[in-house]
Amino acid sequence: MRSDLHRLTLHEAADLLRKREVSSVELTRAAFERIGALDTRINAFLTLTEEAALEQARSADERLALGDGGPLLGVPGAIKDVLSTKGVRTTCGSRILEPYVPPYDATVIERLKQAGFVMLGKTNMDEFAMGSSGENSAFGPTANPWALDRVPGGSSAGSAAAVAAGMAYYALGTDTGGSIRQPASLSGVVGLKPTYGRVSRYGLVAFASSLDQVGPFARSVRDAALVFQTIAGHDPRDSTSAPLDVPDIAASLGGDLRGLRIGVPQEYFVEGMDDSVRKAVTGAINQMKALGAEVDWEVSLPSTPHAVAVYYIIAPSEASANLARYDGVKYGYAYTDGGSMWEDMEKTRQHGFGDEVKRRIMLGTYALSAGYYDAYYLKAQKVRTLIRREFEGAFEKYDVLACPVSPTPAFKIGEKADDPLQMYLSDVCTIPVNIAGLPGISVPCGFAQADDGARLPIGVQIIAKPFDEATLFRVAHAYEQSTDWHKEMPNL
Amino acid sequence: MVAVRPPRTALWKGLNLALSREQVQHIARLARLGLTDEDCDRFGDQLSVILDYFERLKQVDTEGLPPTAHTLALHNVMRADSAEPSSAQQEILANAPLREGDYFRVKAILEE
Repeated sequence: MRSDLHRLTLHEAADLLRKREVSSVELTRAAFERIGALDTRINAFLTLTEEAALEQARSADERLALGDGGPLLGVPGAIKDVLSTKGVRTTCGSRILEPYVPPYDATVIERLKQAGFVMLGKTNMDEFAMGSSGENSAFGPTANPWALDRVPGGSSAGSAAAVAAGMAYYALGTDTGGSIRQPASLSGVVGLKPTYGRVSRYGLVAFASSLDQVGPFARSVRDAALVFQTIAGHDPRDSTSAPLDVPDIAASLGGDLRGLRIGVPQEYFVEGMDDSVRKAVTGAINQMKALGAEVDWEVSLPSTPHAVAVYYIIAPSEASANLARYDGVKYGYAYTDGGSMWEDMEKTRQHGFGDEVKRRIMLGTYALSAGYYDAYYLKAQKVRTLIRREFEGAFEKYDVLACPVSPTPAFKIGEKADDPLQMYLSDVCTIPVNIAGLPGISVPCGFAQADDGARLPIGVQIIAKPFDEATLFRVAHAYEQSTDWHKEMPNL
Repeated sequence: MVAVRPPRTALWKGLNLALSREQVQHIARLARLGLTDEDCDRFGDQLSVILDYFERLKQVDTEGLPPTAHTLALHNVMRADSAEPSSAQQEILANAPLREGDYFRVKAILEE
């Protein structure tokens, strides 16, 4: 058996499976060997499901032998631990759900299973997806495979790190304010946040329901498109799921960018942005121009600087309501030594939630409380309208927008841990996309050389109109195929 | 005993808005979140800094703008009112921290 299986992309692995040059069982065993060799240092996985994975791989091999050959069939992937998996513990990176075993599968899991899923395990994350570094996990931080003393980004930290390190061919994450795109950028992989409503949220443990979306991580744009197509589409069990067909995007990838109009919003090149990021992203946009696109460098979306405040009012408000369900009665951790039901409930939440979750529950509770609702929540919703309308105006002139994903490359573990506002401000380039419900993708576009010698990946963000993932992937794919950034892997 | 404050930490300085310990305790009570006194002070300072940052929104002119609750053009999605299978009772109860027969068990809710 070849020793470089972990270097294959998803579609390369699927090709080998279809040609019967490798079996799903071999791919799966190799993935677990790599996880065994690396994950004590990276901590990307919270739960491994090796036995079930090998069983899934054997049944995928049977389907392959019959000539069945879907694009994901038998290729092992990983799942962020915020997506419900029937019979497999789902913790959300929280003590309060440490013992929780969902009685049903999320819709995205059902769809992957129909496509011949082999699940390696559940990945580490900031508790309840609240964080930008992975450090808020109750089960310890995840390390960036490119520099083990740095964060991989968050909140989908383990999914990004598992794909970057070659432990999984793809992974699912969730993105509420950047939690797929930012870790994809910091870990050097492709990460897509689909349009709000494109992918079912049924079985996704809720954080901020008007912002949450499920999406893929992969090591190529084509791979991300294949996973996206498999999980996307209308689901009657999610009333915010859009009743629209999903085009066959992967089949139409290819070609140059002639006739495409790209806008570059100035406000995304924020003060304090790392020079390496500015340079890499500018270089990527110039490359898109060389591929035939028209580029307008002078686009303005003037409400962008308000987006962080809008988000950190709306998301915690929704979270404070969604997380009210963790009361120690129905599932999860329960404190039972108190003198009354109310004391038990308060202590359950005190011991079960970590600091960042408590901060956000309190922020949201305050913003929604009597006398403050108009000043915070309602005001934020109105500014949200303003941000949406500015995007709508821009998309009358441009097919896509291109900009940075994160103002800096990966930072050191612990560097921002004591200053929540500084951590929030690092989400400035990803948050507006969630506020407006748009699709956005991060594609590798270069590296930064850190002072300590670390070589750190940088991603460029492409943003499209609602439900126009096809154009998003077309631009991302044309750019990616004209560079070699996505072929690089960390030395581990 | 009442601790001597402000200033509580370096974060506190120069804020227009600062939550008192009583306000923090009130919010925590609304959210049924147990906090230690040390938590109250630390979170109070951090939340004050964040709330102070939110003040910037006051300068944005939103006169006449409708609020956006979500970004989809969908309203009141309904399904046919027909009975469908629901979750299996025993599977749901399997996660209960405390149960009694087919019920979730909690301490008395109504005090005498």
